[in-house]
Amino acid sequence: MGSVHVDNVQLLLAAGLMVVSLVLSWRLRLGLGRDILVASVRMTVQLLLVGLVLAWVFSLNDPLPVVGIGLVMSVLAAQAASQRPKRGYPRLFLDSLVSILFSSFLLTGVLVGGILDVRPWFLPQYAIPVLGMVLGNALTGVSLAVDRFTSILDRDRGVIESLLALGATRREAAQGPFRDAMRTGMIPTLNSMAVMGIVSLPGMMTGQILGGAPPETAVRYQIVIMFVIAASTSLGCLISVQLAFSRLFDSQHRLRAERLAPALEHAGGVSLRTRLRRAAGRRARRPERLGTR
Amino acid sequence: MQLLSVRDAGMRVGERVLWAGVDLDVAAGERVGIRGSSGSGKSMLLRAMAALVPLDEGRVTYRGRTPDELGVPAFRSCVMYVPQNPALPPGTVESLLRAPFAWAAHSGGRFVRDEAVEFLVSLGRAPDLLAAEAVSLSGGEVQTVLLVRALLLAPSVLLLDEVTSALDPELARRAEELILHWCGQGERAVVWVGHDAESRARIASRSWDLPVPSMADHG
Repeated sequence: MGSVHVDNVQLLLAAGLMVVSLVLSWRLRLGLGRDILVASVRMTVQLLLVGLVLAWVFSLNDPLPVVGIGLVMSVLAAQAASQRPKRGYPRLFLDSLVSILFSSFLLTGVLVGGILDVRPWFLPQYAIPVLGMVLGNALTGVSLAVDRFTSILDRDRGVIESLLALGATRREAAQGPFRDAMRTGMIPTLNSMAVMGIVSLPGMMTGQILGGAPPETAVRYQIVIMFVIAASTSLGCLISVQLAFSRLFDSQHRLRAERLAPALEHAGGVSLRTRLRRAAGRRARRPERLGTR
Repeated sequence: MQLLSVRDAGMRVGERVLWAGVDLDVAAGERVGIRGSSGSGKSMLLRAMAALVPLDEGRVTYRGRTPDELGVPAFRSCVMYVPQNPALPPGTVESLLRAPFAWAAHSGGRFVRDEAVEFLVSLGRAPDLLAAEAVSLSGGEVQTVLLVRALLLAPSVLLLDEVTSALDPELARRAEELILHWCGQGERAVVWVGHDAESRARIASRSWDLPVPSMADHG
């Protein structure tokens, strides 16, 4: 079973389909014309560039660029994850990075180097797509779990403080929110597993089939990947909620709710450039950052 | 017997000095009524006594030992702060009265249902309040439950922050009587903060004025 090679003419033909969206936007006065053009061009340029980079990395046969790409993807995932929670805290970006990086690299390593026994282990054809999928899911899980955890602490600070006042340790007082956050982070993955193949045909499997792989092979890869995704998401949630817990409860068993602030105030919000600009301004205005003692 | 001591304690909110140089000793059997104008930081003092907020200076000890030496949860299980803030976790009243006994700090204790019923009845509530859902309680019922929960955990010092503010006068009197009776048994003490001067006079065996910071302290 081979696959049809998509040449430039075919790409252009496919791009022509955007006329449907453009016409709709124009007739219904949706005002989306510019957005449709920008999104189409961006998507095309980004993917073609990624294709070039991947082709280059594939040809190098060197672990360093593979790990490098993995690190860049992780930083971007951590940035996205730390932007989503409505309430953040200082070092949320760093904590997101640690939890996403650790869980994703570990589980990708286990799959590629252990279960699939790919040789060499860094073979980019395996490592990069697997890491990409694992990161995407870990990012969603981590941001949902942290969002849940910080929202509950913010909403129920009175309840939690009253438990601490009765002699609960910080771990005992945080038990309810901790469990709730873990559930919230893990459930989307479990839900998607439950409907997989019935309601949804996963993108990776579809891609492999389009690429010419036999369906039995594609399905087996999908199954393996889903287990890895579920495990890394659970691990990522655990680490991120644990880190948030240790930042928001101090060793004196006090809830430090004052450290909670709208997420964008903390590192990981908005673009790197804005963050650097803000950091520079902050250094100039006052030497100490609020709430980081 | 000296139970609770506050030494040279100070607290700031931002740049503002809330209070400073606070010295207060509470002996067994004493019921100290704290006087101070609204916003002077009476609640903050109680919370600091229970190690729930850090002092900017000075220290608090229970029987001569700091929260660090005793372990913070153990300290709080002896010096217990009861807020007026009506915040209860979800579940039935009985389940939330029972919950603290699963914690390390109360592993020596045991939930005794009859005791809970006895406290509820002496506070003027029906025993079936135990089966009620916490979210369905009125503000006054929440205050009753908060008080019962603290009493069941058998602390030595109760730090009571406006704990009868949502009770009607009859029920408030019952709560005061229970607190007086409780304090008379064993080595126990009460620190009382409340708006109502009459109820403070009934509860307190002595009054204590929270020092007002001098103008110099305002910086």
